[in-house]
Amino acid sequence: MLELEFMRLAFGAGIVVGLLAPAVGFFLVQRRLSLVGDGIGHVAFAGVALGYLLNLPLVLTALVVSVTGGLSIEWIRARRRTAGDQALALIFYTGIAGGVVLVSAAGALNVNLFQFLFGSILTVTRGDLAVIAALGACALVTIALLYRPLVAVVVDEEGARVAGLPVAALNALTVALAAVTIALSMRIVGILLIAALMVLPVIAASRIAWSMRSTILLGMGIGLGSVLAGITIAYYADLPPGGTTVLVAAATVLAAEFWSVVRG
Amino acid sequence: MPLALRLQRVSFAYGHAPPVLRDVDLEVERGEFVAIAGPNGGGKTTLVRLVVGLEEPTSGRVELLVRKVGYLPQRAQAGIDAPVTVRELVTTGRASRTRLVGPLSGADREAVRQAIDRVALTPQADRRLSTLSGGQQQRAFIAKALAAEPELLVLDEPTTGVDVEAQDAIAALLQRLRNELGMTILYVSHEFGAVERFVERIVLVRGSIVFDGPPSGLPDVWHDPSHAHA
Repeated sequence: MLELEFMRLAFGAGIVVGLLAPAVGFFLVQRRLSLVGDGIGHVAFAGVALGYLLNLPLVLTALVVSVTGGLSIEWIRARRRTAGDQALALIFYTGIAGGVVLVSAAGALNVNLFQFLFGSILTVTRGDLAVIAALGACALVTIALLYRPLVAVVVDEEGARVAGLPVAALNALTVALAAVTIALSMRIVGILLIAALMVLPVIAASRIAWSMRSTILLGMGIGLGSVLAGITIAYYADLPPGGTTVLVAAATVLAAEFWSVVRG
Repeated sequence: MPLALRLQRVSFAYGHAPPVLRDVDLEVERGEFVAIAGPNGGGKTTLVRLVVGLEEPTSGRVELLVRKVGYLPQRAQAGIDAPVTVRELVTTGRASRTRLVGPLSGADREAVRQAIDRVALTPQADRRLSTLSGGQQQRAFIAKALAAEPELLVLDEPTTGVDVEAQDAIAALLQRLRNELGMTILYVSHEFGAVERFVERIVLVRGSIVFDGPPSGLPDVWHDPSHAHA
């Protein structure tokens, strides 16, 4: 399997995505914003469509549009003019509708959009891997450096505000990291499934972890294991890797739930 | 004594609703232990949210004359589903005193350890918060506020859902903290019986301040009989 270059590239990208998605997802899940990943994923579709229209690198346009969409969700939510789910719905549907219109305008409706919606390891290029590795490493280092203030906001947002932490900036950073993760992951699990990889490993980890730190680290381990197992199973069983990866992650949630019940 | 905070003719309303507070004047000196009491909906929580800067007054002026504030919100609970240990919770309270980026320094770790020790939770420091009793959890949140080494400690209904014994323990803890650290304490509660014997002042809020004086000046009908020593 590893003698094939496309598999080596897929595993390389998968390792970055498997570690990054739960690390970012932890902060979304704990802020009860699990569906933000889904919303940004739909916005990323509009970014892919824009890339087709402007003939630009699709990862780049997806990245720019995802970050813009994510920050818009946070901006609307933070001002409390609209309930969080309504803000999400607005961006969610605008993104997917904008994507369809832009793809149509680009005359690319016959393009195989499936690869972006559900992932396709065959499409990962060396250039993609370089971008994914560089941006993924930057995102992980950012989380490591800002771990304490990010956690302080998650645990008690008002307390963090009173303490003088830059809460709005930290919240914006969280959704920006989510947007980067989604743009980087669309080749591996697809923009419709990436949110699952951000959320499911964290849920599984929280069932068996003993602290916040262990929740994040276990989540990253489960995310990494899910991606590696998903790609491997998909290769040998001729299954779609994105869906297979998410099913493996879902199975870990069931296993962790079972373990926590047995443990008592 | 210099002042810790001053409110001058402060009024506040949520949106276009009738005002919750009208023309409130309040001065608190540094080192004072003040209970803010009153009926539910009377504006106690709004008053302290104005003090800590979470709300802006509709009119009037709020002056906070100390730099570091520790705040324990109403029904404090870790806003997360993941397991969180006492030490992790208290460490988040230290965030305002440390540099934003990077790991905790040795001095910060020591401050966290001392905060946990002050609330007598050292044996439980690495246990999950969810495994502790209600009173112990509240003490952990007080330690979180203490980790910032605040000059002003604001506690909003810190004994809600806690039995009378634990309420008394928390009140005694606050009295000890005030004596040892000299911090100013604002203690908001509709059941202030536990702190009546410790505070110098009780401020009763019902849309405006209807009583401000020593507990001994309170009419008998307002004393809380659930605390036998009161």
